[in-house]
Amino acid sequence: MAHAGTLTISNLSKQYEVKGEVLPVLKDITLTINPGEFVSIVGSSGCGKSTLLRLLIGLEEDYQGEILLDGGRIVGTSLERGIVFQEHRLFPWLSVEKNIGLGLLNAKVPEEEKRRSIQEHIELVGLSGFETAYPYQLSGGMAQRVAIARALVNRPEILLLDEPFGALDALTRAHLQQELHRIWQQESITMILVTHDVEEAIYLGDKVVVMEPRPGRVRRIVPVALAHPRDRAAYEFVRIKEDVMREFIGQPAEEVIEPPLRAHDAPSDRLPSTFRFAV
Amino acid sequence: MLPLGLFVLWWMASKYGWSQSPLLVPPGKVWATAVEQTTSGQLWIGLRSSLWRDLAGFTIGASAGLLFGAAMGLSRLFENTIGPSFHTLKQISLFAWIPLISVWFGLGDTAKVAFLSLAAFFPVVLNTFEGIRSVPRESIEVARVFKFSRWQLLTKVVFPSALPSIFTGIHLGLVYAWLATLGAEYLLVSGKGIGNTMIDGREHFWMDLVLFGVIVVGLVGFSLTWIAGHVEARLLRWRGTSVAQF
Ligand SMILES: Nc1ncnc2c1ncn2[C@@H]1O[C@H](COP(=O)(O)OP(=O)(O)O)[C@@H](O)[C@H]1O
Ligand SMILES: [Mg+2]
Repeated sequence: MAHAGTLTISNLSKQYEVKGEVLPVLKDITLTINPGEFVSIVGSSGCGKSTLLRLLIGLEEDYQGEILLDGGRIVGTSLERGIVFQEHRLFPWLSVEKNIGLGLLNAKVPEEEKRRSIQEHIELVGLSGFETAYPYQLSGGMAQRVAIARALVNRPEILLLDEPFGALDALTRAHLQQELHRIWQQESITMILVTHDVEEAIYLGDKVVVMEPRPGRVRRIVPVALAHPRDRAAYEFVRIKEDVMREFIGQPAEEVIEPPLRAHDAPSDRLPSTFRFAV
Repeated sequence: MLPLGLFVLWWMASKYGWSQSPLLVPPGKVWATAVEQTTSGQLWIGLRSSLWRDLAGFTIGASAGLLFGAAMGLSRLFENTIGPSFHTLKQISLFAWIPLISVWFGLGDTAKVAFLSLAAFFPVVLNTFEGIRSVPRESIEVARVFKFSRWQLLTKVVFPSALPSIFTGIHLGLVYAWLATLGAEYLLVSGKGIGNTMIDGREHFWMDLVLFGVIVVGLVGFSLTWIAGHVEARLLRWRGTSVAQF
């Protein structure tokens, strides 16, 4: 398969205009992402993580600074860049397999191979037996897994993930983290993962970008020089985790606390959000 | 429950002679008329021409409405040029069109079908337009991410997304067209039809015939809605709620 390019973000700023007032969302973001690298992004709610991904995928055209892929400016969307949105965004009128098939609609692959690939990805996200189910029949976590499969199925060179595991229960989440890691290692896809789970960020990332809000800026980039598979209980791992956590101290408390995104399907086995960033 | 209660009341009123009015005919008499109308074939003659006009008018009106609504929803140019006139015209009461239609098309079948088409046209246009305009931005972004062509965007996102609203329009169009079918027979009196049967009954004080007509009209309206509801429920299975519940 083709290999991903180097993503160079320099002095990237983005603002929205809300009722005549300028709302700066991102300011002076500079970040280089190498081919095949896994970059985690953490930061409090509202600091512009989703906006950054929208810019990288090519859905927003109006910004200052530069976003270059192998030296060329990103213009519009491309099948080489995939995204898992923060909401699942499945089409309610399509079954699970048809929704996943959308990812291959414009791929230049024989039909037979498309079918096999769709089936493989249904199995990958643990939804065998739900091929013909409609989104209304799925739980929030299942729908999100379909969205993950839809983004993975055509094997983009760069994959952006916006809090993809937020709605999943702990077991499914651990399983999908592992699968994502396996796919990343096997296929050298560049992955950029936005998460509010610091442990997840460190478990998967080559580096963790910590952002701060209003306007969204890069506060620090923490490298994670640990060999895979990583042990979340290992001394080094915990040390890095504490290091990342420390970046949040000094930020006002209400910005540190991430409100539950989807209250109705938030898994019950997780700590209340108030505890999440408490070391 | 209510219809049953009314029926019992009606039956008792005529049986015990609570009212001497010639307008109150006993249920038995209506039943006899029903049997007579059905077996003599009178019913079918009227009903067939009414239904034929209804379906023709509905088909023309709904198809035109679908195209017009889609054009207005998809093209800003079309909306800006034709839209304002449309919104003005739709304010006009349907029955106000009758004089104009009779001038253009006379009093025959053509005029009636034209009137019915108009009745079905407006709700279909409005709901098609509404449906297309309320396709979520999120869905369109998904289509952009997967590089849908314009045609793919239309057939795989815009149309399915607008379908529930389009169905609401078609449903309304069906009901309006049927009401207009009867309206047309009253206002453009000529020819045959279930409405004409009722007019005959009224003119001759044959209340049994009028009542029989009311029942048939109600049943037809009910059946049309029932069929539409089932087609809709089948095509919009993905919504997970049955729309056809009577
Ligand atoms: N389309 C938009 N118009 C106006 N403001 C927006 C828009 N999208 C996002 N914002 C604002 O930009 C800020 C960052 O949003 P977002 O990127 O979603 O943050 P995060 O994903 O980190 O929670 C928020 O204050 C949000 O209200
Ligand atoms: Mg977000």
